[in-house]
Amino acid sequence: MKNNENGMPMKNPLSLQIDLAKFAPATEEEKRQQDVMSESSSFFRDGMKKLVKNPLAVASMIMLAIVLLVIIFAPMIVPYGYDQIISVEGKRDKGAKNLEPFAWSEMEQAYIDKGGKLFPHIFGTDAMSRDYFIRCVYGARVSLFIGLFASLIVLVIGVIWGSISGYVGGKTDLIMMRIVDIIYALPDMLIIILLSVVLDSILSSNNTGIVARLGSNMISIFIVFGLLYWVGMARLIRGQILAIKSNDYILAARSIGARPGRIIRKHILPNCISVIIIATALQVPSAIFTESFLSFVGLGVQAPMPSLGSLANAAREGLQSYPYKLVFPAVIICLIVLSLNLLGDGLRDAFDPKLRK
Amino acid sequence: MPNGNLLEVKNLKQYFTVKTGLLKTASLKAVDDVSFSVGYGETLGLVGESGCGKTTVGRSIMRLYEPTGGTVVFDGKEVTAQSIMPLRREMQMVFQDPYSSLNPRMTVEDIIGEPLDVHKLYSSKKERRDKILGLMELVGLNAEHATRYAHEFSGGQRQRIGIARALAVNPKFIICDEPVSALDVSIQAQVINMFEDLKEKLGVAYLFIAHDLLVVHHISDRIAVMYLGKIVEIAPAGELNGNPIHPYTLSLLSAVPIPDPKTVRKKNRIILEGDVPSPMRMPSGCPFRTRCRYATEQCAIECPALTERGAGSGHMVACWNR
Repeated sequence: MKNNENGMPMKNPLSLQIDLAKFAPATEEEKRQQDVMSESSSFFRDGMKKLVKNPLAVASMIMLAIVLLVIIFAPMIVPYGYDQIISVEGKRDKGAKNLEPFAWSEMEQAYIDKGGKLFPHIFGTDAMSRDYFIRCVYGARVSLFIGLFASLIVLVIGVIWGSISGYVGGKTDLIMMRIVDIIYALPDMLIIILLSVVLDSILSSNNTGIVARLGSNMISIFIVFGLLYWVGMARLIRGQILAIKSNDYILAARSIGARPGRIIRKHILPNCISVIIIATALQVPSAIFTESFLSFVGLGVQAPMPSLGSLANAAREGLQSYPYKLVFPAVIICLIVLSLNLLGDGLRDAFDPKLRK
Repeated sequence: MPNGNLLEVKNLKQYFTVKTGLLKTASLKAVDDVSFSVGYGETLGLVGESGCGKTTVGRSIMRLYEPTGGTVVFDGKEVTAQSIMPLRREMQMVFQDPYSSLNPRMTVEDIIGEPLDVHKLYSSKKERRDKILGLMELVGLNAEHATRYAHEFSGGQRQRIGIARALAVNPKFIICDEPVSALDVSIQAQVINMFEDLKEKLGVAYLFIAHDLLVVHHISDRIAVMYLGKIVEIAPAGELNGNPIHPYTLSLLSAVPIPDPKTVRKKNRIILEGDVPSPMRMPSGCPFRTRCRYATEQCAIECPALTERGAGSGHMVACWNR
């Protein structure tokens, strides 16, 4: 083949091939335009960016932040205790029962008229002359605490069980998953009721410290969550691990000589962390609901400690006369559960790679 | 270099049990009685069509699968499940798919540094980083890429990361499991040349698994051809190309595309009839007899062993009739 003076192949006059002589080599500057590497961005930062762009998720995060601030700081500002019966100048105020929001009893009114200063009853008072706002705040504290703590129990047990079952596979997997199936089939409410009866007699003997304050019912809720509710999480994690295990990078880690513990910690769990976060975020409202339901039927926290469910239950009696007493705890439950659910959804949209476009 | 062979594989068998019904299982003979050896600093190419057990051979040698039978002797020591950890420092693997073989949640630095972490091959953070940067330079990656994630790289660059990871422990032997078949042809050449450079610089031996005969011929000293879990022919690369004996090798070679239309027209393709038999229902005797035009009754009765053709040529063929 002949070449022309530029070292390019000569073009056949009849050929339809593009004439190479018409092309000029790219300058250094033009070549640099081809470098298209963008800023390095980790998966986590990517997800957070997406999460911040989701208005519902942001709104629910703000809502949760407000709720958290209130339940942390309100007890420091409001001068009433959740089990404290209102008294004016050391005398018990018998007229302060079932006050409406921002109303004063006769004794309080007289005290204010004399020039004294009192903190308003924002949500009114209950049938035993206790400030209802602070009771709702403590109720929300208890409910959120149970929700978070129960989810933590579920998370720890579920992740450990699921990852061992999924990673080891074979007969171990079969046996571990059949245990999960059996636990799945147990009626949870029945177990809670039975446990609280049994625990009541055991715990009442040493009636001290945190156990006494939480009450046997609350302890049994935790035990039941620890015993029963982790199975869903374990199944989820196992499924994730089975999917991730088939990737070549797990094989590569094995061929390097990494031990199973390291492979699970460094390779498998980081790749299903998004699913774990999402499932935990969605587990919290379900635990809050369970607690509220149990408190409502009278199996929840020990009186006088309030929880949102037991407050709603107590409000049932005077529903005709004081409907707002049911509205306050119910609205707080709704707000907490709704914002946690929306946040969970937002996290899933932001972090689940299958939903990414 | 020491005498003898770096790797000696004898009668390697790898059967998998497959569920065929509710309680019934059958055994799938992925690799059946395979023997070969690789010398110090030598490259053995392993070719064969999809599903013939090439990858399984590589993984059984690495003990990623527990072999059903046979022995693997590496550097004079037999490889068993107990003694595998120290061998992980001398034998490494490069994987086929550069997209799934790198953890998407790890930076390049951590991916390449993982073998160093696992075998504790450094005494300070600085030493670790220096080693990683040295490896990155060796495979042609920029040091500024160290903090990036794998998904930010092209296929060729990712494969370089995978190779750097395999080289981190300074191995004597690398099993390359179709390392270029997922790459563009233009990138393939770069990566293959890099393998050759590394062989010269570091003196590593390769088991180079591929299904592209041209690629294998370019890089290998010797080539083994596999069909249905068995090696049917082993020969030095030039000898196999110039004087193929086994009918399967003949047809494989005739299928190699040649980038010159004039030669292609002259060439007569040997087209095999039928499909590869299922490895769960292997034909009796020679596995290739169902598609072989030289097949005789003897082929159905007894499986031919690998025998040397021409003394000292190193050309071994498993066939009764050729």
